[in-house]
Amino acid sequence: MALAKIPSVTGRAVNVPGNDIDTDRIIPARFMKCVTFDGLGEFLFHDVRKNDDGSDKPHPLNEPRFKGATILLSGANFGCGSSREHAPQAIQKYGFRAIIAENFAEIFFGNCTTLGIPCATAARSDIARVAAAVEANPATEVVLDVAAQEVRFGGQRIVVEVRATARDALVHGRWDAIGELLDGLPAVQSRARALPYLAA
Amino acid sequence: MTTPKSLFEKVWEAHAVRTLANGQTQLLIGTHLIHEVTSPQAFGMLRDLGLKVAMPHRTFATVDHIVPTDQLVEPYRDPLAQAMMDELRRNCAEFGITFFDRATGKQGIVHIVGPEQGITQPGTTIACGDSHTSTHGAFGAVAFGIGTTQIRDVLATQTMALGRLKVRRINVNGRLRPGVYAKDVILHIIRVLGVNGGTGFAYEYGGEVFDRFSMEERMTVCNMSIEGGARAGYVNPDQTTFAYLKGRPYSPSGAAWEEAVIRWKSFASDPGCHYDDVVTIDAASIAPTVTWGINPGQGISIDERVPDPTQAKAVDERTSIEEALAYMKLRPGTPIKGTRIDVAFLGSCTNGRLSDFQEVARFLKGRRVAPGVKAIAVPGSQIVALQCEKLGLDRIFADAGFEWRAAGCSMCLAMNPDKLVGDQLCASSSNRNFKGRQGSPTGRTVLMSPLMVAAAAVTGAVADAREVFAVNQN
Ligand code: SF4
Repeated sequence: MALAKIPSVTGRAVNVPGNDIDTDRIIPARFMKCVTFDGLGEFLFHDVRKNDDGSDKPHPLNEPRFKGATILLSGANFGCGSSREHAPQAIQKYGFRAIIAENFAEIFFGNCTTLGIPCATAARSDIARVAAAVEANPATEVVLDVAAQEVRFGGQRIVVEVRATARDALVHGRWDAIGELLDGLPAVQSRARALPYLAA
Repeated sequence: MTTPKSLFEKVWEAHAVRTLANGQTQLLIGTHLIHEVTSPQAFGMLRDLGLKVAMPHRTFATVDHIVPTDQLVEPYRDPLAQAMMDELRRNCAEFGITFFDRATGKQGIVHIVGPEQGITQPGTTIACGDSHTSTHGAFGAVAFGIGTTQIRDVLATQTMALGRLKVRRINVNGRLRPGVYAKDVILHIIRVLGVNGGTGFAYEYGGEVFDRFSMEERMTVCNMSIEGGARAGYVNPDQTTFAYLKGRPYSPSGAAWEEAVIRWKSFASDPGCHYDDVVTIDAASIAPTVTWGINPGQGISIDERVPDPTQAKAVDERTSIEEALAYMKLRPGTPIKGTRIDVAFLGSCTNGRLSDFQEVARFLKGRRVAPGVKAIAVPGSQIVALQCEKLGLDRIFADAGFEWRAAGCSMCLAMNPDKLVGDQLCASSSNRNFKGRQGSPTGRTVLMSPLMVAAAAVTGAVADAREVFAVNQN
């Protein structure tokens, strides 16, 4: 299976500030009653974006000037909570292609990588610089250079980190493991024969 | 002399197939558990790729998140829930997967069903598209919560790509004080180590407290490893483990049993093995613990006051305290004890097992739920329900004013009809107190042990179960 190589992501960015933004906040559980992921995007951050009557709450994603942003900025421990892939799926279906945050919850990070969404970590003060530039001019072009581990925007540059395994997978188009895992099936079968509990 | 190894290393090595180009390991997953919420999309991906299930005999399904606990007949009132149910049935039939459907009498929360059936065994690897898969580590298994794409990978290849974890040994030594339970132990651990203190680690729990713990208590602790950021958590297998497994439907029997026990023992961590980190906690320092905020690490002992943001040491801490208190509608610096509750929920994969209901029933007998409090008791599986009913526990709960429900995840999360309304505050034996977790965007959750839930139910407020039920004298 040939997968796209993702050495960088270029687009506009939006800052959704806060620490410990959990998967239930990203996509409330009641929207997960679905048998396909299509349509999850519109419910991204639903409960912090919408009032009970369906009207908008103040939230960066509700601001027209940030419409079309493809890079999401946030704080520490982003994506904590559930292992459900609905959260990264909702983020992707909404239109985001990359996330830059102080750090990420483990499972969420893995789930994003598997979907080809680079998750870059950066110092809070550096994320604040990107956020300030975007705030001042939402049309600012932001480049997350996965390979070079840096973000370039409006003539500025910050250092980010994309964990080596994820970086390698994204840059070389190996972010979805299925092809390689299938190649290993003969080895899987022989390994399985050595484990009595796997006998049919 | 071979180098001493931890259980994690031994299980990892026994299941490592090969190293992938990105340096991750292709890890054989011996047991794959699936449920209705996270599997349908994975089956869809499988079909799109024209792939089959590699080891249907090592894949087991149940239905838990969406099942109504007050309605047994189908179609369910919620057509979406029914659609998920139908989809799981169809997938299991098409791919030849064992499905513990309600009609089998073995249905329940996936993390209760696996152990109950003897499917969860020491020295094995287990994956499930559910964060609380760490529960199964109580048996000395290495068990991971995975995402939908990984479910697809495990379905198609019985393996997944994974980087090796570090191991942190957590010793809890000494004796727990009366009225302090496994739930308090894990809430305390998360409070001390933080909600992401376990990132990159598997937690190995040990020490005198774990040696004495029953399997169900070990499961309660392992269950919430993920709330401390640890992808997996486990306890080394011992006689308690083997005694629990003996005679279960999927446990080995006859000569195979003896062999299995010998093999299982060999997986336990060797004395002197390397740990990447060691943390030791004195059991006597653990009090009945409750959460006051919006993540499971925001916990305090029942005697403490909720934090005051002005006392915070860092800006960050201050902001997160302020956010949590505003959401919880709690005033800074006030005692948590006495906070009025609206709902009491007993159940979930953390505390929905027989011993949880037995312990509560022991104290609840003859007491009444406070007026105005909605109290529900939800067994984690049909088997747990039956065991409780045989012992007459259902009547004790009903007499006290609890609704006795059918098995499922219920009010642990908002995917079935059991939901909070408005800003109701729920004393809950579940594992997550995130904003909106229990079904209302403004609903509030206070996590605690089952007995503390009962104490809150009968007094109508967050209370110290030791006082309410005179626990010390029992
Ligand atoms: S009881 Fe709660 S935490 Fe456990 S599997 Fe069900 S929803 Fe998840």
